[in-house]
Amino acid sequence: MTDIEPDETVDARGAACPGPLMDLIGAIRGAESGDVVRLLSDSEGSLTDVPEWAEEAGNELLAVEELDDHNAFYVEKA
Amino acid sequence: MTERVVIVGGGTGGTVLANDLADRLEPELDAGDVEVTLINDDPDHVYKPVWLYVPFGQREPADGRRALDELVDEAVDLRIDRVTEIDTDARRLRFDGGEPSMEYDHLVLATGSTLEPDRVPGLAEGGHDYYSESGATALRDELLEFTEGELVLSVVGTPHMCPAAPLEFVFMADDWFRERGLREDVDITYTYPIQRVHGNPHIAEWARPIMEERDIEVETFFNAESVDSDAETVTSMEGTELDYDLLVTIPPHGGVDLIEAAGLGDDGWVDVDKHTLEAEAAEDVYALGDTADTGVPNAGSVAHYQAGVVGRRLASEVRGRPATATYDGKTLCFVETGMDSASFVEFDYETPPSPAPPSEKLHWSKLAYNESYWLTARGLL
Ligand SMILES: Cc1cc2nc3c(=O)[nH]c(=O)nc-3n(C[C@H](O)[C@H](O)[C@H](O)COP(=O)(O)OP(=O)(O)OC[C@H]3O[C@@H](n4cnc5c(N)ncnc54)[C@H](O)[C@@H]3O)c2cc1C
Repeated sequence: MTDIEPDETVDARGAACPGPLMDLIGAIRGAESGDVVRLLSDSEGSLTDVPEWAEEAGNELLAVEELDDHNAFYVEKA
Repeated sequence: MTERVVIVGGGTGGTVLANDLADRLEPELDAGDVEVTLINDDPDHVYKPVWLYVPFGQREPADGRRALDELVDEAVDLRIDRVTEIDTDARRLRFDGGEPSMEYDHLVLATGSTLEPDRVPGLAEGGHDYYSESGATALRDELLEFTEGELVLSVVGTPHMCPAAPLEFVFMADDWFRERGLREDVDITYTYPIQRVHGNPHIAEWARPIMEERDIEVETFFNAESVDSDAETVTSMEGTELDYDLLVTIPPHGGVDLIEAAGLGDDGWVDVDKHTLEAEAAEDVYALGDTADTGVPNAGSVAHYQAGVVGRRLASEVRGRPATATYDGKTLCFVETGMDSASFVEFDYETPPSPAPPSEKLHWSKLAYNESYWLTARGLL
C-alpha cells in the first residue's frame, strides 16, 4: 500500500485499451502542476502504456499499486 | 394503458430504432397499446459520413441532410424539440422553451456526440475540422486554395466519431495532392495521442506502413495542449511543437450535458451494460450509438446494429416477455485509402479486426453504401 494522497482519482476499470490512458491524459490536462492523479485500470495494456506516456510527457509515475483485480497508477503532473 | 416508448435523438441510431419499432410493433401501435415518440432538436436528419468528402469538393453538405418527417414511419410520433432535463425517478423529460414535460415508460437515449474544441486553447481559432457541416465547408475553401506548405492532421482526443476518418483524411489528401501534381510541395503530418497511429493495435499495425510508403509524417504521443494561430504552431502536452500552414483537427468530443446532470454517466456518455445496452444507473433506460459507453467505436454501423438489439428488447418488454437480444460489439467500417481505393474492417467484442487489402471495388462499395444510407435510415436495409 502506498500512502500517496491523490488529488483526483480516475476509475477506468472495465475500459479497454487505450481508454484508461486517454482518461488519464484527460485528467492530467485539467490538473494543476504538482497534482497527483490516481488511475484505476484493469487493462493489461496500462502496465506499459501509462509508464511510457508518463515518461514521454515528463510527468512522474510515483507508484503502481497491484490490487486484487486491477492496478492503481499514481502520476504527478510536472 | 398505453405504453410510451420515447427515443431522444433522431440521428442514425434513433431513426433506425423508431422505424424498426414501427415495423416490429405494428399490431400494438395500431391497437393503441403502444406509442413511439422520436424527439430531435433539428427537423433534418444528418448523415455525417458525407462530410469527409466535402473538403475535397466531392460532396455537398446538403447530400447528408433529409427532413426527418420523410424518413420516419408515420406510426411514429415525431417531435422537433430539444430535451433539457431527464428525471429518471419521475420518468419525465423536460424541454427547451417551457413546453409541457413528457412522461415515458421506456426511454432510449441516442443523442450522439458534441464537439468541444474549447477544451484546447486556440483550437477553435487555429484549427479546421470536417466533423461538422460548417467545419467541412470552411475546410473545403481552405483546401482548394492550399497549394504548398505543412498540412497537419491532429487527433486531439478519443473517443471521437468514426475512428477511421482521420486515417481516411490523410490518405485521401495524399492521393488528391498527388493527382493534382502538388504533393511535392505539401508536407502531411498525422498526430495521434497514444504511442501508435490508431487506438486499435491491429488497425494501427496495418496503417503505419501505408503512411511510411506514402510519405505521411507521424507524431505519436501527441496530445495537443494549445494552438497559437498567430505563430501557426500547435504544442503538445508531451512538449513537441509543430509548425503548420493548415491545421485540421479531430476536436475533443463529449456527449450531451443532460446525461451527466441526470446521473447517467460522465462526460455525457451513458454507462451501460455493453451487451444489453441498459443504463447502469436507472431502470427502463437504454442508450445506443455514440452516447452508449460500450468501448466500441463511435460509428453509424454500431448505432445501426445496436438499434436492432434495442428494438428487439423493447418489443419483448412491451409484450411482457423476457428480453433476450444482446449486442456482441459488431462494428463494420469501410476505410478510404485514397481517392479511389478503400479497405474494409469488421470486428466484435471477441474477434479483432483484420483490414482487407485496399481495392477500387471496396471504394465503390463505400460510395454505394453512402447512397443507399437513406434506405437504412428508413429501416428498409
Ligand atoms: C466525418 C465523419 C465521417 C464518418 N464516417 C462514418 C463511416 O464511414 N461509417 C460509420 O459507421 N460511421 C461514420 N461516422 C460516425 C457516425 O456518423 C456516428 O457515429 C453516428 O452518427 C452515430 O449515430 P447516433 O445515432 O449515435 O448519433 P447522431 O447520428 O449524431 O444523432 C444524434 C441526434 O441527437 C440529436 N440530439 C442531441 N441532443 C439532443 C437533445 N437534447 N434533444 C433532442 N435531440 C438531441 C442530435 O441533433 C442528432 O440528431 C462518421 C462521422 C463523421 C463526423
